[in-house]
Amino acid sequence: MKEELFVSGRNIPNVDPFLHTWHWPIPLYLFLGGLAAGILFFAAYFTIIGKEDKVPGAIKLAPMVAPIAIVVGLAALMFDLTHMLYFWRLYTTIRLESPMSWGAWVLMVMTPISFAWAFIHLREVFPNFNWPFKWLYPIEDFLKKYKVWMAWALIPLTIVLGIYTGILLSAFNARPLWNNAILGPLFLTSGLSTGAAMNILFAKSKYERHLFGKIDLGLIIVELFFIIHMVMGYYAGPEAQKEALHLLVGGEFTVMFFVFIIGMGLVFPAILEAFELSGAKVWAAIPALLVLIGGAVLRFLMVDAGQMTRYLY
Amino acid sequence: MRYAMVIDTLKCVGCSDCVVACQTENNVPVGYCRDWVTESVGGTYPIVDIELRSERCNHCTDSPCVRCCPTGASHYEEGGIVVVTHDECIGCGACIESCPYDARYTHPDGYVDKCTFCLHRVKKGQLPACVSVCPTKCMYFGDLDDESSEVSQLLKKRNHKVLAPEAGTKPNVFYLI
Repeated sequence: MKEELFVSGRNIPNVDPFLHTWHWPIPLYLFLGGLAAGILFFAAYFTIIGKEDKVPGAIKLAPMVAPIAIVVGLAALMFDLTHMLYFWRLYTTIRLESPMSWGAWVLMVMTPISFAWAFIHLREVFPNFNWPFKWLYPIEDFLKKYKVWMAWALIPLTIVLGIYTGILLSAFNARPLWNNAILGPLFLTSGLSTGAAMNILFAKSKYERHLFGKIDLGLIIVELFFIIHMVMGYYAGPEAQKEALHLLVGGEFTVMFFVFIIGMGLVFPAILEAFELSGAKVWAAIPALLVLIGGAVLRFLMVDAGQMTRYLY
Repeated sequence: MRYAMVIDTLKCVGCSDCVVACQTENNVPVGYCRDWVTESVGGTYPIVDIELRSERCNHCTDSPCVRCCPTGASHYEEGGIVVVTHDECIGCGACIESCPYDARYTHPDGYVDKCTFCLHRVKKGQLPACVSVCPTKCMYFGDLDDESSEVSQLLKKRNHKVLAPEAGTKPNVFYLI
């Protein structure tokens, strides 16, 4: 039994009694970044394998969401910087050791591509829409020629973005809840799963809806495996990690973890999707929306709970 | 050169003079502090053990804050002292999250701030403010690479520990026990 007490009256805002330096903008950004990565990954993948006609929703319609998600996410990220006017310092250096640095650079490349992708499909999605300026037409034709190139570039970029949202957290060994190797793959899978869920919402045909239903179902099963592995890792880990797990199992985040993430966010939508695929009448938007909410709750839980965990000394 | 601080927990009385000296020397905003005193009570009643520690940034040899900083604002200065360049800090909070000792905080002006081992004083050949005012003289500062220095000698002679060695950061603040 050991009790620690600050006797000099330390009470620093957002650090004591427990760390709360990252507020809601960070998990929101992690969710939106993963979502954009998921949407663009599927758009790029199905473009490369030449299934453009079969999944128009995933290639043309859903990617309209991606640049919006990225911009809102980046705005949230900027909002959480406390020395905001110096944000350009991110781009005066490349620091390979810092996940945040290469995340910033990946976004620097990916944001314009996501805009270009939405730009070349905008007039296909809204056939009555015409560009207000004539000089936009040649740009559109030019970019369309390089669509497959963009798709090839998006595959590694989206995977790096998806994994980075997790590695950003797992790189901090000071926070035992974050410091596990599975968090990167878990957030990537969750990002792809929310991307697939978005594609279900925007599906143009039954074929497309069922295709992404199957993909999402597979991803949810992988995600559940990752979560089980993560929890087993905490149980097998040192005292600090066991203490961290206590927040999720028996502690104040128990309901959020078991009900909203595992139950409502993964298992229940998986069952609904399985029913829908087997021909039962289920409104496909319900599991898709649940997966999206579950993905967001997962980010909020990990960021909030992780900051409460620390080394014990 | 490897600067280190050695603090004798057996001599510390927890007066918090080091905290006040630091706040005065470094113009730390009201309500914040770069160092602090902890009372750690261990054991089972009636055999209990109290340890008083003056804690601060450990100026780790393998600093996670320097590793995680996306702009290079957190960096090593002479003698391994970890310092934040205010004009390069964007206030992302990565270093605060990465510190196992919770030694960093966001200054009201936006940048991240912490103990500098009083680098400005050390450069002039003076001791850090906290060390220089300690009324029980329980704090020592010096170069660990120099075998004849006071800190090296103390660590050779006395039992000592560092905080959270399992975090793997190789801290440079040592506690004599």
